[in-house]
Amino acid sequence: MSNHTPPSLFDVEEMELSFGPQHPATHGVLRVQLKLDGEKIVDAKPIIGYLHRGTEKLFETMPFPQCIPHTDRMDYVAAATNNQGFCVAMEKLLGITIPPRAAYIRMMLAELQRLASHLVWLATHAIDIGAITPFFYTFRERDAILDLFEEYCGARLTLNTMKIGGVPFDLPAGWVERCSALVDGFPAHIDEYEELLTNNRIWKKRTIGIGVVSPEDAIDWGLTGPPLRGSGVQWDIRKVFPYDRYNEIDFEIPIGRNGDTYDRYLVRMVEMRQSVRILRQCLDRLPEGPVIAKVPKVLRARDGMVYGSVEAPKGELGYFIVTTDKATEPYRCRVRPPSFVNLQLLPDMVRGHLVADLVAVIGTLDIVLGEIDR
Amino acid sequence: MTDPIIRFVVIPLIQTVVILLVLLGIVAYLTLAERKVLAWMQVRIGPNRVGPRGLLQPIADVFKLFAKEDLTPARAERFVFLLAPILIFVPSFLVWAVIPFGETFTVAGFPITPFIADINIAILFVLGVSSIAIYGIILGGWASNNKFSLMGGLRSAAQLVSYEVPLGFAVVSVLLMSGTLSLVGIVEAQRDAGIWFFLPGILGFGIYFICGVAETNRNPFDLPEAESELVGGFHTEYSGMKFAFFFLAEYMNMLVVSSLAVILFFGGWLPPFPNLLAGLWQSSLLSWIPPFIWYLIKVMAFIFVYIWFRGTFPRYRFDQLMAVGWKWLLPLSLANVLLVGVGVLVLKG
Repeated sequence: MSNHTPPSLFDVEEMELSFGPQHPATHGVLRVQLKLDGEKIVDAKPIIGYLHRGTEKLFETMPFPQCIPHTDRMDYVAAATNNQGFCVAMEKLLGITIPPRAAYIRMMLAELQRLASHLVWLATHAIDIGAITPFFYTFRERDAILDLFEEYCGARLTLNTMKIGGVPFDLPAGWVERCSALVDGFPAHIDEYEELLTNNRIWKKRTIGIGVVSPEDAIDWGLTGPPLRGSGVQWDIRKVFPYDRYNEIDFEIPIGRNGDTYDRYLVRMVEMRQSVRILRQCLDRLPEGPVIAKVPKVLRARDGMVYGSVEAPKGELGYFIVTTDKATEPYRCRVRPPSFVNLQLLPDMVRGHLVADLVAVIGTLDIVLGEIDR
Repeated sequence: MTDPIIRFVVIPLIQTVVILLVLLGIVAYLTLAERKVLAWMQVRIGPNRVGPRGLLQPIADVFKLFAKEDLTPARAERFVFLLAPILIFVPSFLVWAVIPFGETFTVAGFPITPFIADINIAILFVLGVSSIAIYGIILGGWASNNKFSLMGGLRSAAQLVSYEVPLGFAVVSVLLMSGTLSLVGIVEAQRDAGIWFFLPGILGFGIYFICGVAETNRNPFDLPEAESELVGGFHTEYSGMKFAFFFLAEYMNMLVVSSLAVILFFGGWLPPFPNLLAGLWQSSLLSWIPPFIWYLIKVMAFIFVYIWFRGTFPRYRFDQLMAVGWKWLLPLSLANVLLVGVGVLVLKG
């Protein structure tokens, strides 16, 4: 007998599958090039760039204040924190201190935005795993939040709601009361979502042990936000490098234990409760005074560079801005989007899992292609 | 006309046409019911534009599906692509030939049965015919020449085959109690026993209904068409009336599974509490309501549970679904057969 391998009964070969860019579960235009062995994922390669708009290049062509509307369009479900990141970086560069009332309004807008963004995440994550009802509940509350935004700045999605040196408007009459009512009612709504999911056996089966990230890997790959905290690393820009007036606010940073999809889910749910807590404190302590610092009409920078970052709903959102002397626009503005960095770990998280887990992992990373492609 | 012609040609023809039309109407309005009930569960209104409160929506849907362009993908296997919707649609209607809705009544001296045929192997007929639909799903998924469809087809092949086993055993436990394979006979056995079979066969009923949900590819076992993973699953590439056939078959199968659940476990067309009200039976309000209405109420209760599931549960993963089927339901259903068998032996001697 020769030692050649006998012909196998079935020809087994890997199947290439292009998952996206037009697919209901890839949250926009992500494309994942999959190598499949049956339903098992052998390899996954995210392919991005379908939503590239050259935002960073556009920044170089326009005066600093005009950059802010363009930041809206990066993470388009969390425009306020994008504005905040750019303004915080610019204020650091120009040495501007914003008035306390402006800082509190900013924090309120940012936390409302965090709630809205996490609601979108929960809705899409649940619908990816097959539970359709949370989607409608969360969008009901998100609509109420967007109503507050609309009342404040006229826009619901691309807010353009902050200025370098503060915020453009004072709060309209009655806004504080309406926001207060929303904040008071919100924990009950979170309970409602948790009732549908947290102890649901199928939900637990689909999320526990899926897409596990060790704390070492999370740090090595530069994960931030809930994916990092889900792995048990206590790191939140609001605590470690406080901006605006977060140092005056009392809140906790939830962390997970196992670094799996279920822990990241729990972390975000607690984060929403903490946002409510922050909002409550902001509403109670809202100081009087101007809402914008005295800044010149035309902003001129000196030679320099700055990195300013904020804790966006999806992680650390940083702006690295390089300026030349007396320039009115950035020489270069590099954005560090949390989704882009967090997406890097996708292949490692799904390798060996099934196709159904891929959508769970994409959901748990909470990516927005607008800020990945910029 | 002579008596045999009326008895064996005219009446069956009328029966068939009436049952088909009524079924089509019920299925059309099931789609509306599902959308409405789901909407109420999800703080929405649901369809409300066509007709008063959206009541004409199913008719508009039918016209829309007829008017749609019927696309066949360029590299699809054309004949099989056409065959698949037929294979899935026909069996789902065929099983209604043996499903009874009520008791025999007489019109002008002719006995009219509210079913087309009462054959002595009715339950085998239902299980056998409805299994043909699996071919429709596999072939449809394969013929589309689309990887998502193929995966959907493979998933449902595995799912339907493995869930048919515990489903069969759950039915066996009822057969042990009734001693007949005829669906009419099973309902009559429940009337004679004075107890619906879901009470002694509660475990069997649980297994039957879980498997039934899986057999109809409904949430939480809707993997073959898991939208977020496989786009549309096996019917991704289908459009127009071909898609409508898949759609109709799904609702028809929901009706079949619910009807069988009612017949096997909930006394078919019998009014509730047969043993409690045995004395005041004839005069009570419950028996005044026609049997068909009782039947419909029970079936609709199951349909509501289907929709409720869809509004509540996430979706199982493929391997978890297999584990539930083979590791839990199959041993449980075997144990159930043993349990019921011993029970019947002891009670009937």
